Amino acid sequence: MTMSPRRRRQLFRVAGYVLFAAAIAAVAAAADWGRLSDAFLRLDVAESMFPEAITVALRNTIVYTLLAFVFGLTLGLVLALMRLSSILPYRWFATAYIELFRGLPALLVLFMVGYGVPLAFPDREIPGGVYGSVAVGLGLTAAAYMAETIRAGIQAVPRGQLEAARTLGMSHPRAMISIVLPQAFRIVIPPLTNEIILLTKDTSLVYVLGVTSTTIELTKFAGDTLNTRVNPTPLVVAGLLYLVITLPLSQLVRGLERRAGRER
Amino acid sequence: MSTIEISGLHKSFGTLEVLRGIDLSVEPGEVVCVIGPSGSGKSTLLRCVNLLEEPTAGSIRVAGVEVTDPDCDIDAVRRGIGMVFQQFNLFGHLTVRENVTIAQRRVLRRSRADAARIATANLSRVGLLEKADAYPAQLSGGQQQRVAIARALAMDPQLMLFDEPTSALDPELVGEVLAVMRGLAAEGMTMLVVTHEMAFAREVASRVVFMDAGVVVEQGPPAEVFGRPREERTREFLHRVLEPTRVSENEIGVQRKE
Repeated sequence: MTMSPRRRRQLFRVAGYVLFAAAIAAVAAAADWGRLSDAFLRLDVAESMFPEAITVALRNTIVYTLLAFVFGLTLGLVLALMRLSSILPYRWFATAYIELFRGLPALLVLFMVGYGVPLAFPDREIPGGVYGSVAVGLGLTAAAYMAETIRAGIQAVPRGQLEAARTLGMSHPRAMISIVLPQAFRIVIPPLTNEIILLTKDTSLVYVLGVTSTTIELTKFAGDTLNTRVNPTPLVVAGLLYLVITLPLSQLVRGLERRAGRER
Repeated sequence: MSTIEISGLHKSFGTLEVLRGIDLSVEPGEVVCVIGPSGSGKSTLLRCVNLLEEPTAGSIRVAGVEVTDPDCDIDAVRRGIGMVFQQFNLFGHLTVRENVTIAQRRVLRRSRADAARIATANLSRVGLLEKADAYPAQLSGGQQQRVAIARALAMDPQLMLFDEPTSALDPELVGEVLAVMRGLAAEGMTMLVVTHEMAFAREVASRVVFMDAGVVVEQGPPAEVFGRPREERTREFLHRVLEPTRVSENEIGVQRKE
Protein backbone atom coordinates (compact mmCIF):
# COMPACT_ATOMS: atom_id res chain seq x y z
CA MET A 1 0.00 0.00 0.00
CA THR A 2 1.35 3.42 -0.83
CA MET A 3 0.98 6.26 1.63
CA SER A 4 0.26 9.86 0.71
CA PRO A 5 3.13 12.25 1.55
CA ARG A 6 0.97 13.76 4.27
CA ARG A 7 0.30 10.39 5.96
CA ARG A 8 3.99 9.58 5.73
CA ARG A 9 4.95 12.86 7.43
CA GLN A 10 2.47 12.11 10.22
CA LEU A 11 3.91 8.66 10.73
CA PHE A 12 7.46 9.98 10.88
CA ARG A 13 6.47 12.57 13.45
CA VAL A 14 4.83 10.00 15.74
CA ALA A 15 7.87 7.74 15.37
CA GLY A 16 10.04 10.69 16.36
CA TYR A 17 8.12 11.32 19.57
CA VAL A 18 8.20 7.65 20.54
CA LEU A 19 11.93 7.39 19.93
CA PHE A 20 12.63 10.52 21.94
CA ALA A 21 10.57 9.36 24.92
CA ALA A 22 12.15 5.90 24.80
CA ALA A 23 15.67 7.36 24.83
CA ILE A 24 14.93 9.53 27.86
CA ALA A 25 13.29 6.61 29.69
CA ALA A 26 16.23 4.33 28.94
CA VAL A 27 18.79 6.77 30.34
CA ALA A 28 16.62 7.43 33.39
CA ALA A 29 16.13 3.72 34.07
CA ALA A 30 19.82 2.94 33.66
CA ALA A 31 20.97 5.54 36.21
CA ASP A 32 21.32 4.54 39.85
CA TRP A 33 19.08 7.16 41.42
CA GLY A 34 19.71 6.06 44.98
CA ARG A 35 23.45 6.59 44.74
CA LEU A 36 22.99 9.77 42.78
CA SER A 37 20.77 11.39 45.39
CA ASP A 38 23.05 10.17 48.20
CA ALA A 39 25.94 11.91 46.53
CA PHE A 40 24.38 15.05 45.10
CA LEU A 41 21.42 15.78 47.34
CA ARG A 42 22.78 15.68 50.89
CA LEU A 43 20.64 18.24 52.67
CA ASP A 44 22.98 18.56 55.66
CA VAL A 45 25.85 19.47 53.33
CA ALA A 46 23.67 21.90 51.44
CA GLU A 47 22.49 23.50 54.66
CA SER A 48 26.02 24.02 55.92
CA MET A 49 26.71 26.24 52.90
CA PHE A 50 24.17 28.86 53.91
CA PRO A 51 24.01 31.75 54.46
CA GLU A 52 27.57 32.27 53.02
CA ALA A 53 26.53 30.79 49.68
CA ILE A 54 24.26 33.78 49.20
CA THR A 55 25.73 36.57 51.32
CA VAL A 56 29.29 36.04 50.05
CA ALA A 57 29.52 33.72 47.06
CA LEU A 58 26.38 34.70 45.12
CA ARG A 59 26.90 38.33 46.01
CA ASN A 60 30.49 38.30 44.74
CA THR A 61 29.48 36.49 41.56
CA ILE A 62 26.96 39.24 40.84
CA VAL A 63 29.42 42.01 41.74
CA TYR A 64 32.15 40.52 39.51
CA THR A 65 29.66 40.19 36.67
CA LEU A 66 28.45 43.76 36.94
CA LEU A 67 31.96 45.23 37.26
CA ALA A 68 33.21 43.28 34.24
CA PHE A 69 30.07 44.23 32.30
CA VAL A 70 30.38 47.95 33.01
CA PHE A 71 34.09 47.95 32.15
CA GLY A 72 33.50 45.83 29.05
CA LEU A 73 30.55 47.90 27.88
CA THR A 74 32.46 51.18 28.21
CA LEU A 75 35.50 49.81 26.41
CA GLY A 76 33.26 48.06 23.87
CA LEU A 77 31.47 51.32 23.05
CA VAL A 78 34.81 53.09 22.53
CA LEU A 79 36.03 50.24 20.31
CA ALA A 80 32.80 50.24 18.30
CA LEU A 81 33.11 53.97 17.65
CA MET A 82 36.79 53.51 16.71
CA ARG A 83 35.81 50.73 14.35
CA LEU A 84 33.38 53.09 12.60
CA SER A 85 35.74 56.07 12.72
CA SER A 86 36.94 57.74 9.56
CA ILE A 87 40.45 57.75 11.04
CA LEU A 88 42.28 54.73 9.66
CA PRO A 89 44.63 53.97 12.63
CA TYR A 90 41.60 53.91 14.96
CA ARG A 91 39.92 51.37 12.73
CA TRP A 92 43.10 49.28 12.59
CA PHE A 93 43.52 49.32 16.33
CA ALA A 94 39.88 48.40 17.03
CA THR A 95 39.91 45.60 14.46
CA ALA A 96 43.17 44.18 15.80
CA TYR A 97 41.92 44.39 19.38
CA ILE A 98 38.63 42.67 18.58
CA GLU A 99 40.25 39.88 16.58
CA LEU A 100 42.88 39.33 19.28
CA PHE A 101 40.60 39.21 22.30
CA ARG A 102 37.87 37.20 20.61
CA GLY A 103 40.49 34.62 19.78
CA LEU A 104 41.91 34.22 23.29
CA PRO A 105 40.33 32.15 26.07
CA ALA A 106 38.94 34.33 28.87
CA LEU A 107 40.93 32.27 31.37
CA LEU A 108 44.19 33.16 29.65
CA VAL A 109 43.37 36.87 29.59
CA LEU A 110 42.43 36.76 33.26
CA PHE A 111 45.78 35.11 34.04
CA MET A 112 47.66 37.72 32.07
CA VAL A 113 45.90 40.59 33.81
CA GLY A 114 46.37 38.98 37.22
CA TYR A 115 50.07 38.25 36.80
CA GLY A 116 51.21 40.32 33.83
CA VAL A 117 50.01 43.77 34.90
CA PRO A 118 51.85 43.71 38.27
CA LEU A 119 55.02 42.72 36.40
CA ALA A 120 54.61 45.42 33.76
CA PHE A 121 53.77 48.19 36.21
CA PRO A 122 55.54 47.25 39.47
CA ASP A 123 54.78 50.57 41.17
CA ARG A 124 51.10 50.61 40.36
CA GLU A 125 48.22 48.24 40.74
CA ILE A 126 44.72 47.97 39.37
CA PRO A 127 42.47 49.82 41.83
CA GLY A 128 39.98 47.71 43.73
CA GLY A 129 42.22 44.68 44.32
CA VAL A 130 40.68 41.45 43.05
CA TYR A 131 37.52 43.29 42.07
CA GLY A 132 39.42 45.63 39.80
CA SER A 133 41.47 42.80 38.30
CA VAL A 134 38.31 40.84 37.55
CA ALA A 135 36.62 43.85 35.97
CA VAL A 136 39.61 44.34 33.67
CA GLY A 137 40.45 40.66 33.16
CA LEU A 138 36.95 39.58 32.13
CA GLY A 139 35.99 42.99 30.74
CA LEU A 140 38.80 42.99 28.17
CA THR A 141 37.37 39.89 26.51
CA ALA A 142 33.75 40.94 26.90
CA ALA A 143 34.58 44.32 25.34
CA ALA A 144 35.69 42.63 22.11
CA TYR A 145 32.34 40.86 21.77
CA MET A 146 30.29 43.85 22.84
CA ALA A 147 32.17 46.15 20.43
CA GLU A 148 30.99 44.02 17.51
CA THR A 149 27.44 43.93 18.87
CA ILE A 150 27.34 47.70 19.38
CA ARG A 151 28.87 48.35 15.96
CA ALA A 152 26.15 46.24 14.37
CA GLY A 153 23.56 48.16 16.40
CA ILE A 154 24.89 51.54 15.25
CA GLN A 155 24.93 50.38 11.65
CA ALA A 156 21.36 49.12 11.99
CA VAL A 157 20.17 52.69 12.65
CA PRO A 158 19.17 54.04 9.23
CA ARG A 159 21.64 56.53 7.77
CA GLY A 160 18.77 59.03 7.35
CA GLN A 161 18.61 59.45 11.14
CA LEU A 162 22.12 60.88 11.23
CA GLU A 163 21.43 63.00 8.15
CA ALA A 164 18.23 64.42 9.63
CA ALA A 165 20.06 65.28 12.85
CA ARG A 166 22.97 66.93 10.98
CA THR A 167 20.48 68.83 8.82
CA LEU A 168 18.99 70.34 11.97
CA GLY A 169 22.42 71.78 12.77
CA MET A 170 23.62 69.14 15.24
CA SER A 171 27.34 68.43 15.24
CA HIS A 172 28.41 64.85 14.52
CA PRO A 173 29.09 63.98 18.19
CA ARG A 174 25.81 65.59 19.27
CA ALA A 175 23.87 63.66 16.63
CA MET A 176 25.52 60.41 17.72
CA ILE A 177 24.75 61.04 21.41
CA SER A 178 21.19 62.32 21.03
CA ILE A 179 19.91 60.41 18.02
CA VAL A 180 21.97 57.42 16.85
CA LEU A 181 23.28 55.81 20.05
CA PRO A 182 19.93 55.77 21.91
CA GLN A 183 18.39 53.89 18.99
CA ALA A 184 21.42 51.63 18.59
CA PHE A 185 21.28 50.63 22.26
CA ARG A 186 17.61 49.75 21.98
CA ILE A 187 18.56 47.37 19.21
CA VAL A 188 21.44 45.76 21.11
CA ILE A 189 19.82 45.34 24.54
CA PRO A 190 18.90 41.68 23.92
CA PRO A 191 22.38 40.62 22.72
CA LEU A 192 24.00 42.65 25.52
CA THR A 193 21.85 40.87 28.08
CA ASN A 194 23.11 37.60 26.63
CA GLU A 195 26.61 38.97 27.19
CA ILE A 196 25.78 39.43 30.91
CA ILE A 197 24.72 35.79 31.07
CA LEU A 198 28.02 34.71 29.52
CA LEU A 199 29.94 36.96 31.92
CA THR A 200 28.07 35.51 34.89
CA LYS A 201 29.37 32.08 33.97
CA ASP A 202 32.87 33.39 33.22
CA THR A 203 33.18 34.66 36.79
CA SER A 204 33.78 31.00 37.66
CA LEU A 205 37.31 31.61 36.34
CA VAL A 206 38.08 34.23 38.95
CA TYR A 207 39.63 31.64 41.32
CA VAL A 208 42.85 31.75 39.26
CA LEU A 209 43.54 35.19 40.72
CA GLY A 210 43.57 33.70 44.20
CA VAL A 211 40.46 34.61 46.16
CA THR A 212 40.01 34.87 49.91
CA SER A 213 37.02 33.96 52.06
CA THR A 214 35.57 37.42 51.45
CA THR A 215 36.16 37.63 47.70
CA ILE A 216 35.16 34.03 46.90
CA GLU A 217 32.55 33.40 44.18
CA LEU A 218 30.13 30.51 43.62
CA THR A 219 32.25 27.96 41.76
CA LYS A 220 35.28 28.27 44.03
CA PHE A 221 33.02 28.27 47.09
CA ALA A 222 31.34 25.08 45.92
CA GLY A 223 34.70 23.48 45.13
CA ASP A 224 36.08 24.31 48.58
CA THR A 225 33.02 22.92 50.33
CA LEU A 226 33.21 19.82 48.16
CA ASN A 227 36.80 19.30 49.33
CA THR A 228 36.09 19.77 53.04
CA ARG A 229 32.88 17.69 53.11
CA VAL A 230 34.03 15.13 50.55
CA ASN A 231 30.63 15.30 48.87
CA PRO A 232 29.56 16.85 45.56
CA THR A 233 26.25 18.31 46.78
CA PRO A 234 27.75 21.87 46.77
CA LEU A 235 27.99 21.66 42.97
CA VAL A 236 24.21 21.29 42.77
CA VAL A 237 23.71 24.23 45.14
CA ALA A 238 26.09 26.41 43.11
CA GLY A 239 24.39 25.35 39.89
CA LEU A 240 20.98 26.32 41.22
CA LEU A 241 22.30 29.68 42.39
CA TYR A 242 23.76 30.38 38.92
CA LEU A 243 20.34 29.63 37.48
CA VAL A 244 18.82 32.11 39.93
CA ILE A 245 20.83 34.78 38.08
CA THR A 246 20.74 33.51 34.51
CA LEU A 247 17.17 32.22 34.10
CA PRO A 248 15.49 35.58 34.84
CA LEU A 249 17.99 37.23 32.50
CA SER A 250 17.25 34.92 29.60
CA GLN A 251 13.55 35.38 30.31
CA LEU A 252 14.19 39.12 30.09
CA VAL A 253 16.00 38.74 26.75
CA ARG A 254 13.08 36.76 25.38
CA GLY A 255 10.62 39.42 26.54
CA LEU A 256 12.71 42.21 25.02
CA GLU A 257 13.01 40.37 21.73
CA ARG A 258 9.27 39.85 21.62
CA ARG A 259 8.73 43.54 22.25
CA ALA A 260 11.25 44.53 19.59
CA GLY A 261 9.50 42.18 17.17
CA ARG A 262 6.14 43.81 17.86
CA GLU A 263 7.45 47.33 17.39
CA ARG A 264 8.70 46.56 13.91
CA MET B 1 21.10 88.86 -2.22
CA SER B 2 20.01 85.50 -3.54
CA THR B 3 19.02 82.89 -0.99
CA ILE B 4 20.85 80.22 -2.97
CA GLU B 5 23.53 80.87 -5.54
CA ILE B 6 25.03 77.83 -7.23
CA SER B 7 27.71 78.18 -9.87
CA GLY B 8 29.69 75.61 -11.82
CA LEU B 9 28.60 72.79 -9.52
CA HIS B 10 30.05 69.36 -10.29
CA LYS B 11 29.60 66.20 -8.25
CA SER B 12 31.02 62.78 -8.96
CA PHE B 13 30.57 59.52 -7.11
CA GLY B 14 33.73 57.64 -8.08
CA THR B 15 33.79 57.66 -11.86
CA LEU B 16 30.08 58.49 -12.14
CA GLU B 17 29.55 62.20 -12.79
CA VAL B 18 26.11 62.99 -11.40
CA LEU B 19 26.18 66.77 -11.66
CA ARG B 20 27.96 68.25 -14.66
CA GLY B 21 28.07 71.98 -14.19
CA ILE B 22 24.97 73.44 -12.57
CA ASP B 23 24.29 77.17 -12.34
CA LEU B 24 21.16 78.03 -10.42
CA SER B 25 19.96 80.73 -8.09
CA VAL B 26 16.92 80.98 -5.85
CA GLU B 27 15.68 84.40 -4.78
CA PRO B 28 14.03 85.11 -1.42
CA GLY B 29 10.36 84.08 -1.45
CA GLU B 30 10.72 81.97 -4.57
CA VAL B 31 9.35 78.43 -4.82
CA VAL B 32 11.57 76.55 -7.25
CA CYS B 33 10.51 73.05 -8.27
CA VAL B 34 13.14 70.76 -9.76
CA ILE B 35 11.73 68.06 -12.04
CA GLY B 36 13.37 65.44 -14.20
CA PRO B 37 13.85 61.71 -14.65
CA SER B 38 15.34 59.41 -11.99
CA GLY B 39 19.11 59.63 -11.91
CA SER B 40 19.17 63.11 -13.40
CA GLY B 41 20.90 64.48 -10.26
CA LYS B 42 17.96 66.40 -8.73
CA SER B 43 18.33 64.98 -5.25
CA THR B 44 22.12 65.24 -5.36
CA LEU B 45 21.78 68.92 -6.27
CA LEU B 46 19.49 69.47 -3.31
CA ARG B 47 21.78 67.56 -0.96
CA CYS B 48 24.74 69.66 -2.06
CA VAL B 49 23.00 72.85 -0.93
CA ASN B 50 23.34 71.91 2.75
CA LEU B 51 26.47 69.87 2.13
CA LEU B 52 24.98 66.45 2.83
CA GLU B 53 27.00 65.74 -0.30
CA GLU B 54 30.39 67.37 -0.73
CA PRO B 55 30.60 69.00 -4.19
CA THR B 56 33.50 67.93 -6.38
CA ALA B 57 33.84 71.40 -7.89
CA GLY B 58 31.99 74.70 -8.02
CA SER B 59 30.64 77.02 -5.37
CA ILE B 60 27.40 77.26 -3.44
CA ARG B 61 26.36 80.32 -1.44
CA VAL B 62 23.40 80.22 0.92
CA ALA B 63 22.26 83.66 2.07
CA GLY B 64 25.65 85.03 1.14
CA VAL B 65 27.65 82.40 3.04
CA GLU B 66 29.84 80.21 0.89
CA VAL B 67 29.11 76.70 2.20
CA THR B 68 31.79 75.19 -0.04
CA ASP B 69 34.45 77.24 1.78
CA PRO B 70 36.46 74.85 4.03
CA ASP B 71 36.33 77.44 6.83
CA CYS B 72 32.53 77.65 6.73
CA ASP B 73 30.75 76.56 9.93
CA ILE B 74 28.36 74.18 8.20
CA ASP B 75 26.40 73.41 11.38
CA ALA B 76 25.56 77.10 11.70
CA VAL B 77 24.45 77.33 8.05
CA ARG B 78 22.32 74.19 8.36
CA ARG B 79 20.40 75.74 11.27
CA GLY B 80 18.92 78.17 8.76
CA ILE B 81 18.07 75.51 6.16
CA GLY B 82 15.15 73.20 6.84
CA MET B 83 15.18 69.88 5.03
CA VAL B 84 12.41 67.36 4.44
CA PHE B 85 13.34 63.86 3.26
CA GLN B 86 11.58 61.32 1.11
CA GLN B 87 11.76 58.79 3.97
CA PHE B 88 10.65 61.34 6.64
CA ASN B 89 13.55 60.36 8.95
CA LEU B 90 11.69 61.18 12.14
CA PHE B 91 13.62 60.13 15.24
CA GLY B 92 11.97 56.83 16.14
CA HIS B 93 12.92 56.84 19.82
CA LEU B 94 11.35 60.25 20.47
CA THR B 95 7.73 61.37 20.62
CA VAL B 96 6.38 63.77 18.03
CA ARG B 97 6.82 66.68 20.44
CA GLU B 98 10.37 65.63 21.31
CA ASN B 99 11.18 65.33 17.61
CA VAL B 100 10.22 68.98 17.21
CA THR B 101 11.95 70.22 20.38
CA ILE B 102 15.25 68.32 20.48
CA ALA B 103 17.17 70.47 18.00
CA GLN B 104 15.66 73.65 19.43
CA ARG B 105 17.01 72.63 22.83
CA ARG B 106 20.34 71.11 21.80
CA VAL B 107 21.26 73.36 18.87
CA LEU B 108 19.50 76.68 19.41
CA ARG B 109 19.71 76.34 23.23
CA ARG B 110 16.14 77.50 23.64
CA SER B 111 14.59 77.12 27.07
CA ARG B 112 12.29 74.18 27.68
CA ALA B 113 9.26 76.48 27.77
CA ASP B 114 10.19 78.32 24.56
CA ALA B 115 10.89 75.09 22.71
CA ALA B 116 7.58 73.60 23.85
CA ARG B 117 5.68 76.72 22.83
CA ILE B 118 7.28 76.81 19.37
CA ALA B 119 6.71 73.06 18.95
CA THR B 120 3.04 73.51 19.79
CA ALA B 121 2.72 76.34 17.28
CA ASN B 122 4.36 74.35 14.48
CA LEU B 123 2.46 71.14 15.20
CA SER B 124 -0.76 73.16 15.03
CA ARG B 125 0.57 74.65 11.80
CA VAL B 126 0.64 71.16 10.22
CA GLY B 127 -2.56 70.09 11.99
CA LEU B 128 -1.04 67.43 14.23
CA LEU B 129 -1.05 68.92 17.72
CA GLU B 130 -3.25 66.10 19.00
CA LYS B 131 -0.50 63.60 18.02
CA ALA B 132 2.18 65.39 20.06
CA ASP B 133 2.63 62.48 22.47
CA ALA B 134 2.53 59.73 19.85
CA TYR B 135 5.63 57.99 18.51
CA PRO B 136 6.42 58.21 14.79
CA ALA B 137 5.68 54.51 14.26
CA GLN B 138 2.08 55.17 15.35
CA LEU B 139 1.52 57.72 12.58
CA SER B 140 0.65 57.33 8.92
CA GLY B 141 3.26 58.29 6.34
CA GLY B 142 1.49 61.55 5.58
CA GLN B 143 1.34 62.46 9.27
CA GLN B 144 5.00 61.59 9.71
CA GLN B 145 5.95 63.83 6.83
CA ARG B 146 3.91 66.70 8.26
CA VAL B 147 5.71 66.25 11.59
CA ALA B 148 9.00 66.31 9.68
CA ILE B 149 7.97 69.64 8.17
CA ALA B 150 7.04 70.98 11.63
CA ARG B 151 10.41 69.80 12.96
CA ALA B 152 12.22 71.76 10.26
CA LEU B 153 10.02 74.85 10.69
CA ALA B 154 10.66 74.94 14.44
CA MET B 155 14.23 76.02 13.69
CA ASP B 156 12.92 79.18 11.97
CA PRO B 157 14.67 78.42 8.67
CA GLN B 158 15.00 81.04 5.95
CA LEU B 159 14.98 78.29 3.33
CA MET B 160 13.29 74.90 3.06
CA LEU B 161 14.60 72.01 0.96
CA PHE B 162 12.16 69.24 0.01
CA ASP B 163 13.62 66.01 -1.37
CA GLU B 164 10.73 64.17 -3.06
CA PRO B 165 8.56 64.65 0.03
CA THR B 166 5.59 62.68 -1.29
CA SER B 167 7.34 59.88 -3.20
CA ALA B 168 7.17 57.38 -0.33
CA LEU B 169 3.51 58.05 0.45
CA ASP B 170 0.40 56.09 -0.39
CA PRO B 171 -1.51 58.04 -3.05
CA GLU B 172 -4.32 59.11 -0.73
CA LEU B 173 -1.81 60.67 1.71
CA VAL B 174 -0.03 62.87 -0.85
CA GLY B 175 -2.63 65.64 -0.68
CA GLU B 176 -2.22 66.45 3.02
CA VAL B 177 1.53 66.97 2.63
CA LEU B 178 1.13 69.07 -0.51
CA ALA B 179 -1.50 71.17 1.29
CA VAL B 180 0.97 72.02 4.05
CA MET B 181 3.63 72.87 1.46
CA ARG B 182 1.22 75.04 -0.51
CA GLY B 183 0.42 76.92 2.69
CA LEU B 184 4.11 77.49 3.35
CA ALA B 185 4.61 78.82 -0.16
CA ALA B 186 1.68 81.19 0.29
CA GLU B 187 3.29 82.54 3.46
CA GLY B 188 6.36 83.47 1.45
CA MET B 189 8.77 80.71 2.49
CA THR B 190 11.70 80.28 0.13
CA MET B 191 11.52 76.68 -1.10
CA LEU B 192 13.59 74.40 -3.30
CA VAL B 193 11.49 71.34 -4.06
CA VAL B 194 12.53 68.17 -5.88
CA THR B 195 9.28 66.54 -6.88
CA HIS B 196 7.43 64.24 -9.23
CA GLU B 197 4.12 66.00 -8.47
CA MET B 198 3.70 67.93 -11.70
CA ALA B 199 0.33 69.36 -10.67
CA PHE B 200 1.92 70.84 -7.56
CA ALA B 201 4.83 72.27 -9.54
CA ARG B 202 2.49 73.78 -12.10
CA GLU B 203 0.25 75.37 -9.48
CA VAL B 204 2.65 76.45 -6.73
CA ALA B 205 6.09 76.94 -8.28
CA SER B 206 7.31 80.40 -9.20
CA ARG B 207 9.89 78.67 -11.38
CA VAL B 208 10.32 75.14 -12.70
CA VAL B 209 13.75 73.68 -13.41
CA PHE B 210 14.02 70.65 -15.67
CA MET B 211 17.14 68.57 -15.14
CA ASP B 212 18.45 65.64 -17.14
CA ALA B 213 21.78 63.80 -17.06
CA GLY B 214 23.33 66.17 -14.53
CA VAL B 215 22.58 69.48 -16.24
CA VAL B 216 19.76 72.01 -16.19
CA VAL B 217 18.06 71.52 -19.55
CA GLU B 218 15.64 74.41 -19.21
CA GLN B 219 13.92 76.53 -16.62
CA GLY B 220 11.20 79.13 -16.48
CA PRO B 221 7.73 79.89 -15.16
CA PRO B 222 5.58 76.76 -14.92
CA ALA B 223 3.25 77.97 -17.66
CA GLU B 224 6.19 78.09 -20.07
CA VAL B 225 7.99 74.89 -19.11
CA PHE B 226 4.78 72.88 -19.01
CA GLY B 227 2.90 74.76 -21.73
CA ARG B 228 5.59 75.53 -24.30
CA PRO B 229 8.71 73.49 -23.49
CA ARG B 230 11.60 74.67 -25.67
CA GLU B 231 13.72 71.53 -25.49
CA GLU B 232 12.85 68.19 -27.10
CA ARG B 233 14.09 66.33 -24.00
CA THR B 234 11.67 68.31 -21.81
CA ARG B 235 8.78 67.62 -24.16
CA GLU B 236 9.50 63.88 -24.13
CA PHE B 237 9.75 63.78 -20.33
CA LEU B 238 6.52 65.72 -19.82
CA HIS B 239 4.70 63.57 -22.34
CA ARG B 240 5.72 60.41 -20.49
CA VAL B 241 4.94 61.81 -17.04
CA LEU B 242 1.73 63.70 -17.81
CA GLU B 243 0.19 61.23 -20.25
CA PRO B 244 1.54 57.83 -19.23
CA THR B 245 -1.35 56.00 -20.86
CA ARG B 246 -0.65 57.68 -24.19
CA VAL B 247 2.94 56.45 -24.50
CA SER B 248 2.91 54.35 -27.66
CA GLU B 249 4.67 51.09 -28.23
CA ASN B 250 6.58 52.61 -31.17
CA GLU B 251 8.20 55.17 -28.90
CA ILE B 252 9.73 52.58 -26.63
CA GLY B 253 10.75 50.19 -29.42
CA VAL B 254 8.33 47.34 -28.79
CA GLN B 255 8.52 44.71 -31.55
CA ARG B 256 5.24 42.85 -31.94
CA LYS B 257 5.36 39.20 -32.87
CA GLU B 258 3.83 38.77 -36.34
